[in-house]
Amino acid sequence: MASPSKATVSEAHVGKKKKPPARYWQEPREEEKGGNKVGKDEGRTESALQQEQHTKLKPRKRKQEEAGSDGKKFISGKSDPFPGPAPIPEDRVQKFKRKDKTKTPRPKHRKLRDMIVRSDEASEMAHKQAARLDLLLPEDAGFLEGDEDEDTCTISQEDIADAVDITSGAKYFNLKLSQFGPYRLDYSKTGRHLLLGGRRGHVACIDWQSKQLMCEINVMESVNDVKWLHSETMYAVAQKKWLHIYDSNGIELHCIRKFNDVLRMQFLPYHFLLATASATSFLQYLDVSVGKEVAAICTKTGRLDVMCQNPHNAIIHLGHPNGTVTLWSPNQKEALVKMLCHQGGVRSVAVDKTGTYMVTSGMDKKLKVYDIRAFKPLKSYFLPAGASCLSLSHRGLLSAATGDIVQVYKDVWSTPVTKPYMAHRVRGTVWGLHYCPFEDVLGVGHGDGFTSMLVPGAGEPNFDALDANPYRSAKQRQEWEVKALLEKIQPELISLNPNELGQVDHTTFQQRHQDRVQALGFDPLAKDRFTPKYKKKGRSSAGNIERRKKQVAHEDQRDIIRQTVEDKMKMEKERQEKEKKKAELSGQKSALDRFKK
Amino acid sequence: MKVKILARNPDDYVRETKFDIQRVPRNYDPTLHPFEVSREYTRALNATKLERVFAKPFLASLDGHRDGVNCMAKHTKSLSTLLSGSCDGEVKVWDLTKRECVRTLQAHEGFVRGMVVRYCGTSFFTAGDDKTIKQWKMEAPGYGEEEEPLNTILGKTVFTGLDHHQKDGVFATCGQQVDIWDEQRSSPIRSFTWGVDSFSSVRFNPVETELLASCASDRSIVLYDMREAAPLKKVIMTMRSNTLCWNPMEAYYFTCSNEDYNLYTYDMRILDRPVTVHMDHVSAVLDVDYSPTGKEFVSASFDKTIRIFPKAGGHSREVYHTKRMQHVICIKWSADNKYILSGSDEMNIRLWKANAAEKLGVLAPREREAANYSQKLKEKFQHHPQIRRIAHHRHLPKSIYHQTKELRTMKEARRRKERNVRKHSKPGTVPVVSEREKHVVTVVK
Repeated sequence: MASPSKATVSEAHVGKKKKPPARYWQEPREEEKGGNKVGKDEGRTESALQQEQHTKLKPRKRKQEEAGSDGKKFISGKSDPFPGPAPIPEDRVQKFKRKDKTKTPRPKHRKLRDMIVRSDEASEMAHKQAARLDLLLPEDAGFLEGDEDEDTCTISQEDIADAVDITSGAKYFNLKLSQFGPYRLDYSKTGRHLLLGGRRGHVACIDWQSKQLMCEINVMESVNDVKWLHSETMYAVAQKKWLHIYDSNGIELHCIRKFNDVLRMQFLPYHFLLATASATSFLQYLDVSVGKEVAAICTKTGRLDVMCQNPHNAIIHLGHPNGTVTLWSPNQKEALVKMLCHQGGVRSVAVDKTGTYMVTSGMDKKLKVYDIRAFKPLKSYFLPAGASCLSLSHRGLLSAATGDIVQVYKDVWSTPVTKPYMAHRVRGTVWGLHYCPFEDVLGVGHGDGFTSMLVPGAGEPNFDALDANPYRSAKQRQEWEVKALLEKIQPELISLNPNELGQVDHTTFQQRHQDRVQALGFDPLAKDRFTPKYKKKGRSSAGNIERRKKQVAHEDQRDIIRQTVEDKMKMEKERQEKEKKKAELSGQKSALDRFKK
Repeated sequence: MKVKILARNPDDYVRETKFDIQRVPRNYDPTLHPFEVSREYTRALNATKLERVFAKPFLASLDGHRDGVNCMAKHTKSLSTLLSGSCDGEVKVWDLTKRECVRTLQAHEGFVRGMVVRYCGTSFFTAGDDKTIKQWKMEAPGYGEEEEPLNTILGKTVFTGLDHHQKDGVFATCGQQVDIWDEQRSSPIRSFTWGVDSFSSVRFNPVETELLASCASDRSIVLYDMREAAPLKKVIMTMRSNTLCWNPMEAYYFTCSNEDYNLYTYDMRILDRPVTVHMDHVSAVLDVDYSPTGKEFVSASFDKTIRIFPKAGGHSREVYHTKRMQHVICIKWSADNKYILSGSDEMNIRLWKANAAEKLGVLAPREREAANYSQKLKEKFQHHPQIRRIAHHRHLPKSIYHQTKELRTMKEARRRKERNVRKHSKPGTVPVVSEREKHVVTVVK
């Protein structure tokens, strides 16, 4: 785990010849000293080098480190080849960083300062430990690489299934269900269970890894969408008229008549909310833990058949036929944001799991990538056939369905993509597309049934068992359900920034402070004016008092003034350096400079 | 073609036999845990609600006294022993684990005014209205033996308070003057007076052991050094202080309970203004005692409630009351920081939990971990309005509720008047006097 440079240094240490310990009866030997001088010098520089490295790593704890490296000597006289704690790669630490270091307040607020320093230390330790644990995670993500001159998109599913082990190969399969298609589908949160809903009323749920059929019913009505609720015991089916809830045995639990003509559904797992978009342009939220309608919003934008959720902040994105995408929360009757994304209608929308990127496809045959934190377009691609369905995997693979072809793209937001990562033709027009969580599998529902596709590198390799455990037992699921229900987030907390709750509310404080000042008639937080102490022996002359007052004048502004002056100096310096460089460069270039004055 | 597909071996994730515990692989990647702030907030809200649900502070009532309990003393060595003296001169020794009286003795005629256990825990002193100080053995007399004090000192005047030195055989009493006594002698080795007044309480400093402080009836608090002949200094306040208690951890702070419904924490070195004014009681505060950690103290009041204050907080974090508890006269915080003992007018001693929602008894490691976690969460989100409202909500008896409201109105009216006066007078002629400065009249050295 030590960095290579350090390893070489320590090698030198180990290789150094050991000097026998000096005894008090021995005379100090001059010649040996002289002879050893070179070697010693080397040792010194090395140690100095090592120290330098340490100082670079952690300037604050230099003292401790030095003491540690001295103290790490074993009784045998050997020194520890890897002194100090094992280094952690910076990018890994960065991954767990929640916030930057808090600016410590002025030393006047001693208690606050102590608190902030302590909490900063604790959080630093926490994300360092998390980064250390990250190295020990058992699984690695999948990948697919072609040979030279071989595009990965030309590799067929059969080849992949042949190349991998039997259990993984068995994850590529087709279900030929031509009678009741086309099919919508949904995977449960753990990725173990698959729910299929055929347009002509066929609903089936399957433990797809063991290929065990849990239930199969025909609701004798057209099915618009299917969705698992929080666990694999219940699912919602949007039927022709109303919304129905079934359990995993296919028994109808509820028929919710408040929710009619539902076309698309999204389930917000941490809020226990089922968001539905209907043909009557209503966006409705159903709290599935208590069975109450939380909000019903009339969007007044016509038929809503494009919908997705932002898993980062539980905002619902709706796509409209006029090319706009609107963002909704249950707390507001109007859209939070309206974005004009396409020239034609929006066909599909998808948001990645970190809530940073939104991918949309439209009737104008374009595929666009947006940064939805800044609401800025990042990339725009032209797909000749246009994409009807989009889906994003845990690790950021984008799958787009054009007609009966499913294409998978990699890194659509960071690098301009020219060709797909994978492609696969299914037997009918694609109707639904969904990545299986924690698996390298893409489920495709189409006119002729269902295809489970292998997409190496799609799934998150290491799951967190307290969040979603694919291997959980029934008992574990029950316990998880209780815990999850206890920490159900209230729908009022849905907002564009999910961390808003953890930030300091300055405006309310200011308002309250103003009220307080109003009530008291004076500002209790105002600083007292400085009154110089009376001093004896003529040291309280008018001039002296003025001088003492001047010493503390504008103390509150001093920091700001100092900062601005420093900034100015820095800019000035940079400017000068730049000019100097320019002058040097131009001095080298021109031969006619000597005629210049 | 090179390909790798995620393939987990179920054996790595599922327990081997049903006698094992379930495997719980973790991944702390923040992207796998969305809404962490909101979820923590929800947990904190639940923890706060549960705390209120489980807040059952009252543990037991020790009855047996035949008159109001006037003073109590903690045993210095044994956690389970408590001594109490009542208004009819009776002293009882209690076993708190069994919650029963183990010994009763008629110590004085009239009130038992002060009681203190010697630092070694082998004997205790009582002072009474009959002008005597008596020293008693801690263990009960054998069968057939008479209850006899080890030592009796006849004083000239009535004693109102008593405290013992932390390390030496020296104790202090107060009455018309503050006396320092040697245990071996029958006359005080030193007497302090400052003006003609009577003292209500005297306390030794637990760290700087030669220092002591007393509350006098001329509204002053006087500090003494035992080694000097004269008192050190005093602060005179607007109303009389009843008792005081030193902070055991930061022994330069002491808190006094005042007749004006407030408690004041002073820094011994700066008596010009109290460090904190603790308000919330609606009647005179009669007694105060610090927790052994020095972070909180408990006060007993004439308004029939007990309140717990953080040492630096202006308002109480907890209020205890029962229908049957009358004016609370004396209060003690147990040495293990877990219990509070209150002695009241209606002859009962009550045992309370210091943390109302705490689960007593041995906690399993997971239980303790969960408790610590929820405690931390509550701290983290304590300023959020919803959580704050639930955490601060207390049910109060009607009378106290109305009195609080009335006091608030009065205070508001006074403030409004002052504000108007200030508004209509020449700027600077009506200075703003802070709450802390209001109650101090002067400091005399």
